[in-house]
Amino acid sequence: MTTLYAILLYVATLIFVLGLAYRIYEYASVPAPLKIPTMPAPLTRKGVVLRILGEVVLFQSLFRSNKWIWLFGMMFHLALWVVLLRHLRYFIEPVWTWVVLVQPLGKYASFVLFIGLVGLLIRRIVVERIRYISNPSDYLLLILLLVIGSSGAMMTFVKHTDIVQLKAFILSVMYLELFHWQPLPLDMPLLIHLAAVISLMIIFPFSKLLHAPGVFFSPTRNQVDNAREHRHVARWAIEKFETSST
Amino acid sequence: MAKVNFETPAFRPYPLIPALQPDVMKGEGPFVAKPNMQEPLGYPGELLDNWQEVAIAKMGELLKKYRSFRVFLDACVKCGACTDKCHYLLGTADPKNMPVARQDLLRQVYRRYFTWGGKLFPNLVGAQDLTKEVLDDWYNYYHQCSQCRRCSVFCPYGIDTAEISMAAREIMDCVGKGQKYCNEIIGKVYKIGNNLGLPEPALRDTLAGLEEDIKLDTDVDVRLPLNEAGAEILVVTPSADFFAEPHIDGLVGYAKVFHQAGISWTLSSHASEAANFGMFIGSYDNMRRVALRIREAALDLKVKRIVFGECGHAWRVAYSFLNTLAGPFDFLDQRYPIPQHICEFTYDLIQRGALKLDKSANDHRRITFHDSCNVARASRMGNIPGGQFIIPRAIIKATCNYYYDMPADTIHDQTFCCGGGGGLLTDDLMELRVKGALPRMEALKQVVDNYGVTHMAAICAICKSQFTKVLPFYGFRLDQIVSVHQLVSDAIILK
Repeated sequence: MTTLYAILLYVATLIFVLGLAYRIYEYASVPAPLKIPTMPAPLTRKGVVLRILGEVVLFQSLFRSNKWIWLFGMMFHLALWVVLLRHLRYFIEPVWTWVVLVQPLGKYASFVLFIGLVGLLIRRIVVERIRYISNPSDYLLLILLLVIGSSGAMMTFVKHTDIVQLKAFILSVMYLELFHWQPLPLDMPLLIHLAAVISLMIIFPFSKLLHAPGVFFSPTRNQVDNAREHRHVARWAIEKFETSST
Repeated sequence: MAKVNFETPAFRPYPLIPALQPDVMKGEGPFVAKPNMQEPLGYPGELLDNWQEVAIAKMGELLKKYRSFRVFLDACVKCGACTDKCHYLLGTADPKNMPVARQDLLRQVYRRYFTWGGKLFPNLVGAQDLTKEVLDDWYNYYHQCSQCRRCSVFCPYGIDTAEISMAAREIMDCVGKGQKYCNEIIGKVYKIGNNLGLPEPALRDTLAGLEEDIKLDTDVDVRLPLNEAGAEILVVTPSADFFAEPHIDGLVGYAKVFHQAGISWTLSSHASEAANFGMFIGSYDNMRRVALRIREAALDLKVKRIVFGECGHAWRVAYSFLNTLAGPFDFLDQRYPIPQHICEFTYDLIQRGALKLDKSANDHRRITFHDSCNVARASRMGNIPGGQFIIPRAIIKATCNYYYDMPADTIHDQTFCCGGGGGLLTDDLMELRVKGALPRMEALKQVVDNYGVTHMAAICAICKSQFTKVLPFYGFRLDQIVSVHQLVSDAIILK
């Protein structure tokens, strides 16, 4: 079991990192040939940074659109960050002080995360319009996240796993002690938790989870409103139309 | 009123989101372009035998050329934020008029042919082979999008359905299934110079007639010059301004403003059209070709400035794309914005006190303002973000005593499309146009009931034509839509 999980973790990490890097490379290398910011748009780079921050941190546009989706989405994403930060302590030795300070918050963040996900799932099932646009994968992703969240919370609040042993396993995987990995505690919640996380990492670069890098590359949000002042032409357009004259 | 076989939607006591009615707007879509309309634009005349292959290849090409297309197809999480934002959804209740569902028509094919998930588990991720039925759905529903960008305001990732529908139309054109209305018009622009196919002599006659009218009306010689080389300003305006009501009253307004400013100006028969339907069909090549006429006209006539008339989509192409497509404009006077909107021009004069305006001339009108979608969400006026909302209103307030805004969630960047934009202003889409106008008509009804508003002003040729047609369906008079520069025209005191 230890070997299986260790190998799966390597595979998943590889797919996650390389897949995501490839996607980001793709998004960055495809040009935006026209100025299409959704107006009113900022007139400066600095303004654009603020606009993107507003979208990424506060979900500004979503707030204007629908308060319920905003609320549940916000609960889920914020709680996810806190929980992720809390998880840092399994990967570093000695544990940084601020990570220790996040602990108590992180424990209860899992409830917020859970409520957010359940709220999103209920809306997906109950609201006719959202049900119409949902594919099986949309439900399955939410369920997968719920499995991750609840199996994790279970280990904190119901059935503790041997955390010291787990950390030894993780560090041995991290430091590439190939085939000399420390044994993984064989508790069901932990095995489910890890299996679900591994699945999520593998799915990430091939699914709608790409909204995470995507939001930074969205031309309607990341362009400066300066079309009249600065000429903006894509390389392919120059090659196609302007090479003879220049 | 045109003969119709559909029901005009009733005003809703509360603007609730309608329950979905699947396939209620299913159909064959607008008239398909004939071979002689396709070929001048560089597209195959009829649906190709290997259309499927060509469509997938074209999609692959667009994925490499447009970051918007690439990112938008991946990033949607189906959160539902956009589902109640489209005026066509609100007016028709057809679920495929929800922005995300409209995008999904293309996204399902993208997933099938370009993603692992869709290749391996099509049912799981809602991937779909590109069949004839899918193509028919594309043709029908991508011609029920007016590319107004309202959905993109509300999307947490800024996904703009306009970009998707433009890409879809470009793909369909490339396989030989173009839309008659748009493609026929682009052909006319290439051949004659404007959307209406108005040749130079007719244009000259019209302008002479207008000069006479103004003379009769005001006893002042106001000119509407055509092709006058050496003029200071080239004015590019939608061809509807030359003959349609209330557009033409706006054109008279521009003429009076230029007269009063004492600046020489000219229209051009070569570029006697501001609108650029190349944008509607998502064709960079055609959009560029149409835009270049303006550059050529400016060079030919040796003008120093370019000013655009009241035209929403034209202003998007002018403001956002003209520099890209037909620039650099280093031969023009760099002290002025290139190009400039007629409202910016008039507003400057008002600010400087250079226009004498008698507001009471418009006292028989109580005005509201319709923010045209492409001006509001795809361009700007003036030098601050949102100037496109401030400047037209400032002009109206300088020319009228009674001005009232429609409800806040129906104006500015949340404005509702008139229902006829983006290449849909054709009689074969009348049902869609009437139903899509519902949200705007409801907002208008509110200010009519609450403030006794009598007229709605607009700065877009399509909006004006569309409202002239659909206002009567909702119990208004067709002449309740006016041009902003018509108000200026009526208030201005000529010297």
